[in-house]
Amino acid sequence: MTTTSTAPAGAAPAAPDDGADERVSKRSLIGTLMARPEVGAAVGAMVVFIFFAVVAPPFTTPGGISTVLYGASTIGIMVVGVSLLMIGGEFDLSTGVAVISSALMASLFSWYFATNIWVGVALALVVSLAIGAINGLIFIKTKLPSFIVTLAMFLMLTGLNLALTRLIGGSVSSPPISTMDGFASAQAIFASSVTIFGVNFRITIFYWILLVAVASFILLRTRIGNWIFAVGGDQNAARAVGVPVTATKIGLFMGVGFCAWVLGMHQLFAFSTVQSGEGIGNEFLYIIGAVIGGCLLTGGYGSAIGGALGALIFGMASRGIIYAEWNPDWFRFFLGVMLLLATIVNLMVRRRVEKK
Amino acid sequence: MSETTSQSPHDDVADGVEATPLVRLEGAGKRYGNIIALRDVTMDVHAGQVTCVLGDNGAGKSTLIKIIAGLHQHTDGVMRINGEETVFDSPRDALEVGIATVYQDLAVVPLMPVWRNFFLGSELTVGWGPLKRLDVPAMKRIAKEELFEMGIDLRDVDQPIGTLSGGERQCVAIARAVYFGAKVLILDEPTAALGVKQSGVVLRYIMQAKNRGLGVVFITHNPHHAFPVGDRFMVLKRGRSIGYHVKDEISIDDLTAQMAGGAELQELSHELAQLGGHTAELKQVEADLEQTLGGRPAQ
Repeated sequence: MTTTSTAPAGAAPAAPDDGADERVSKRSLIGTLMARPEVGAAVGAMVVFIFFAVVAPPFTTPGGISTVLYGASTIGIMVVGVSLLMIGGEFDLSTGVAVISSALMASLFSWYFATNIWVGVALALVVSLAIGAINGLIFIKTKLPSFIVTLAMFLMLTGLNLALTRLIGGSVSSPPISTMDGFASAQAIFASSVTIFGVNFRITIFYWILLVAVASFILLRTRIGNWIFAVGGDQNAARAVGVPVTATKIGLFMGVGFCAWVLGMHQLFAFSTVQSGEGIGNEFLYIIGAVIGGCLLTGGYGSAIGGALGALIFGMASRGIIYAEWNPDWFRFFLGVMLLLATIVNLMVRRRVEKK
Repeated sequence: MSETTSQSPHDDVADGVEATPLVRLEGAGKRYGNIIALRDVTMDVHAGQVTCVLGDNGAGKSTLIKIIAGLHQHTDGVMRINGEETVFDSPRDALEVGIATVYQDLAVVPLMPVWRNFFLGSELTVGWGPLKRLDVPAMKRIAKEELFEMGIDLRDVDQPIGTLSGGERQCVAIARAVYFGAKVLILDEPTAALGVKQSGVVLRYIMQAKNRGLGVVFITHNPHHAFPVGDRFMVLKRGRSIGYHVKDEISIDDLTAQMAGGAELQELSHELAQLGGHTAELKQVEADLEQTLGGRPAQ
């Protein structure tokens, strides 16, 4: 209000506020925000939201938002694990089919070898974690790029899903398990809905938010998080100062396995049957989510929140196109444009920050 | 500048009365099968003093560091730590007795903030069980204080360490080693990749470490960097020690000549002449070589 903006006489001596280094204040709030890895995704999410809010009015209704969030959560749950893995410097291409493997394992085992569905659910968790651990172990032992190791795992799981399902059940899909013991309780846990203020929210939305929160806490506030950044940023340096590189990387692959189990269980109990040939190609959606969210392909940089925003953009785009009554054929094109734009924005933002 | 003795409690090692050295090698050597990488090296490292190891590429400097740092074991001679005969099995053994090594590649992760790098692998935590979390305020404060002690006044310990200059990064690595209880600091060519000004910065931190009472082993191939900060100088050549001097005994010119091998430089200058050293550039090289020799006659 008073236009005496240039009043150094009053400002200068009082500069060291609350004992902090007075030079820190030179870094503006915007500068600090721009240095965050998820800034590109946040801007992108806002743009996409406004765009569909304008062209497709049902998009912003409570029901629309619930649908969008559900779409985002089914990708986002996996993006959490994949983001952490990418920050740790590695890829996993087997994630798409690993979700299906987990669901098939639970379904087929319960149907043919047990009476209660929970036995299969528990076994699927063990198998999912084991797939992650095997990915990690092969990667560590052979020192091959994780790209190759997990590509091989992707092919093997694709084949196993089809072959074992046919061998055990004689069909391309798992048997309908909706009449089995424990199905109701498992469905309540993995595929129910929660009504808040008259709006139905699928339970995966809450699992997604919980996973993002836990992953953020781990990344930013625990020793393990410090190690994840370190093994992705410079593995040799990390090893030289005593970071357990092998354990950290295998742990990250197992984290991806855990996420695959959560999503696999949701798919199984939402539909009670699983197609053995599904899941192929989804691994790229998860990686795209992480990259849009600001994870560097080379590792050492990124955030769980960013990955969540990437998944949200995906959810908005996939549902928004339907609400706008466009041909869904355009969806992949749209996704490609988003990926390109997001990576360019990330790159520009980071260069700008580094220059300062 | 190193002559101006401060009242530091650590320069009590008078020339006559030698305390027990922190590290002492007596006729130490290393053979890899039938290849002799290092032979008959005798040197010592005292608290509050800098021992410089000079030598050209392939002189055996790395082998020497690896023995003291516990990466390799010596095959001949004796290594004494605080007077006791010792053979390290692993780098961890060396770290346990307080021997820290700052390697050329520094072991820092460029994209991570300074404070995270400072505590990487030895993070401070509060709480327990699943709520055991990083003590971020304490780590930031300690990192800032420790770096300030070493003379680096960072604006913001939250900035990625990659944004610091090469010299500053080196100093963070040194400060980290000092904070985590190093008594002996081995610096592997800390100035090799740095410009003149940055090298000066690092040399200043070596003096800081020395004044805090650490024994420093400073590996370099630049006598101009070694001489101002060093108390003892060992020159290695082809795996042998060809000279071990305390500062009073040797001048920088002697050191340079000994290291470069006066005769070899002379030879090189002749070779250049024979190659038809008529171009201005070659003449300049020749002149530089003459100057480096400092007018000393070849042996």
